[in-house]
Amino acid sequence: MKKTLRILAYPYVVWMVIFIVVPLFLILFYSFTKGDIHDIGSLEFSVESYKKVAEPLYLKVIGDSFLLAFISTAICLVLGYPVALIIANTDQKYRSLLMMLFLVPIWMNFLLRTYAWMSLLSPNGLINRFLTAIGLPRLEIMPGNAAVLLGMVYNFLPFMVLPIYTVLSKIDKQVLEASSDLGGNKVVTFTRVILPLSIPGVVSGITMVFLPAVSTFVISGLLGGGKTPLIGDMIEQQFLFARNWHFGSSLSIILMVMILISMAVMSRIDKNNQEEGGKAR
Amino acid sequence: MGRNIIELKNLTKRFGDVTVVNNINLTIKENEFVTLLGPSGCGKTTTLRMIGGFEEPDEGQIFFEGKLLNPIPAYKRNINTVFQRYALFTHMNVFENIAFGLRIKKIPKDEIEKRVKRMLKLVDLEGFEKRNVDSLSGGQQQRVAIARALVNEPKVLLLDEPLGALDLKLRKEMQIELLDMQRSIGITFIYVTHDQEEALTMSDTVVVMNNGVIQQVGTPQDIYNEPINRFVADFIGESNIIEAVMLEDYKVAFDDVVLDCVDKGFAKNEPVDIVIRPEDIRIVTNPDEGMIKGTVKSVIFKGVHYEMMIESDTGREYMVHRTIAFPVGSYVGMNVQPFDIQVMKRGDPL
Amino acid sequence: MKKAVKRIYMGIIFLFLYAPIIVLIVFSFNKSKSRGQWGGFTLDWYVDLFKDRQIREALYFTLLVAVLSTLISTIVGTIAALGINNMGKFSRSVILNINNLPVLNPDIVTGVALMTLFISVKIELGFVTMLIAHIVFSIPYVILAVLPKLRQMNKHIAEAAMDLGATPSYALRKVIIPEIAPGIISGALMAFTLSIDDFVISFFTAGTSATNLSILIYSMAKRGVKPTINALSTLMFTVVLILMLIINKKSEKGEEILL
Repeated sequence: MKKTLRILAYPYVVWMVIFIVVPLFLILFYSFTKGDIHDIGSLEFSVESYKKVAEPLYLKVIGDSFLLAFISTAICLVLGYPVALIIANTDQKYRSLLMMLFLVPIWMNFLLRTYAWMSLLSPNGLINRFLTAIGLPRLEIMPGNAAVLLGMVYNFLPFMVLPIYTVLSKIDKQVLEASSDLGGNKVVTFTRVILPLSIPGVVSGITMVFLPAVSTFVISGLLGGGKTPLIGDMIEQQFLFARNWHFGSSLSIILMVMILISMAVMSRIDKNNQEEGGKAR
Repeated sequence: MGRNIIELKNLTKRFGDVTVVNNINLTIKENEFVTLLGPSGCGKTTTLRMIGGFEEPDEGQIFFEGKLLNPIPAYKRNINTVFQRYALFTHMNVFENIAFGLRIKKIPKDEIEKRVKRMLKLVDLEGFEKRNVDSLSGGQQQRVAIARALVNEPKVLLLDEPLGALDLKLRKEMQIELLDMQRSIGITFIYVTHDQEEALTMSDTVVVMNNGVIQQVGTPQDIYNEPINRFVADFIGESNIIEAVMLEDYKVAFDDVVLDCVDKGFAKNEPVDIVIRPEDIRIVTNPDEGMIKGTVKSVIFKGVHYEMMIESDTGREYMVHRTIAFPVGSYVGMNVQPFDIQVMKRGDPL
Repeated sequence: MKKAVKRIYMGIIFLFLYAPIIVLIVFSFNKSKSRGQWGGFTLDWYVDLFKDRQIREALYFTLLVAVLSTLISTIVGTIAALGINNMGKFSRSVILNINNLPVLNPDIVTGVALMTLFISVKIELGFVTMLIAHIVFSIPYVILAVLPKLRQMNKHIAEAAMDLGATPSYALRKVIIPEIAPGIISGALMAFTLSIDDFVISFFTAGTSATNLSILIYSMAKRGVKPTINALSTLMFTVVLILMLIINKKSEKGEEILL
């Protein structure tokens, strides 16, 4: 029985190899070659495109991408943690309603949400008309990094709140009572009990925000106006316009590797935290 | 008890290079309550699963009413199983769970209704038809599992540690109920457990297994009073197992004592193991009146009796169960009747 | 006092979340083409929307791809999960790690990788390649939803069915599939919403012949804004909102589905 059922997975294994493994190897292959991509026979081994990545111009792009993603993740954490905490402490009856209200916006196409900010922030947009009307200076952040950050925070904030909320709402109330029973005041209870217990949620929140933020090209394309190109914009350009697949592939591989490294680091933090928690118990 | 219903011949099962069931032979009669007893990993569940058709034997044959059962798939065997942790269908209510097998056999609707109702009555769950199985307590789920199997009127019911997940009190109640059911419907039960007390209370025949090998087959009394080797003695109940020498027929010796016994037929000076049950050791206050003298080291109250550890002058510890306690430190004598000493062939050291 | 602080904070956050959406909705009824000026109430943009062949076509592609990819990935994913569940520890973890790649990889990498594959083997980008791409990224989510249900299921349940006389295929249809149905449904819902919402992967794999809504919105937004998008946004948002309310009402586990 077990053996016969096993066969059911084989078609998908073939599918996975064709559509998941082979494409990634193709990218890897193109990143290490040069020549005409339409004539595979003419391709030869080369690290040229990686050398190109190391040029200051492109290193800056990668640096900018990680910096913007890092800042937006930090803002999401600072804004999102209190939200998660407040919702988790709300009465049971309002809790799921609040959470639903919080999540409704992410059900709207994210291009539309970004587009909405375009109409708010543009030089002739609503915010500026409002500011001019009441005699305040105009807010000229779009196109620019500030607008990109705002777009990132807006789009990804729910992904920070959701996992933190899930962890916080699962904390046993008796644990908190135990803390105050043992003499912990509210601050101590928060820093020594709630915060450490919520680390797994924070870790997955950070991953869920950082990952799409670092690889986005839509937000920077629409709100940044191409002022500060990000790694996602570069990849898009190389594949769709410049038609330099070799360079685009190298950028993709670098992006992938850096993300895998940061995820490994995050899961290590998560694990360490859990182990320490285990010891404390 | 009647004809043979199940016969296992030279049955062997390996998982990888581990032999889980090693060349066992067993005959089970109609209407018999047989228990396969042993520690976990002894091969009892695997044996049961081979009878049920969930594992294929690597060697040997299984016969059911004289016919070879090996090539018949589980769903065509007229044998049903009560699984460990029940394996109820959680997407169906109680009625549908019990009716499952009958529906497959395309039995007419009103007949199904009648038989399920009868089963619910038998397991004392009338009125629970529409209930979701998840909403039932452990004991109730257990009853549904039994009803689901019995409603198909199997000739043999296999039960794989069916009471393992219940608390002690419920276990005891269910033991009695299961026994009543088995007596009233008159089918063969093959029961797997690692609980020796359960095995002794319920069975007609107990099959003690270890490391894939049958150690002893017998009535509960046989198994308890005359364990065939050190393993059985140690696994069934508490016992003092002592390495001794058979001096001659009816005389056995160890340390500095020579005791009378009722066993014969061993070679002169043959090394043996003897078993003395803790309740078979009597204590006398005057040490000189005892065959063995010793000092009481500890006393624990166990409810019905006291459990005392007594260390003899030669340094051997004896476990003794008595209803009267002797204070720690007192020097006493111990006596054993010849028929309370069970002499066994020396096996592998445990 | 502390309560007030909390309320104000939540108020600001909700304002931040909903302001753009409300603006979009309000301006979808705005007569003036300018984004900053109120020119009176109109439904013209909604009428334009339905006249617009491009938008109708994009909507058609979006729904067709979503329905087909959900159907296919749910079936394939469930079958694959059944197989994976019965595998040895090692092969299972290898397969699951590969299966996780599309989940963990940035969409843009998945998108360009698939595009590279299609172009390398000379398959013209279009509807079929977009559909394949959607199936590629949906199946992993279906498997991730179904597998835990299979693991939770009592491992003897299939045996119990066969013990009672069910053939293996009857046991699969009448017992195992119904037992894991919640996982299959949430996997399918996940696949559907991911497909409807996807832009990046479609963008790289759809070519020019099959434009779905996301791609259309992107190109419209880049070119300059048409008020019809406002109308489209409003409609889509309303549909999603209504769907969510229905789902939430229908199931007590609404929260779970929502996530």
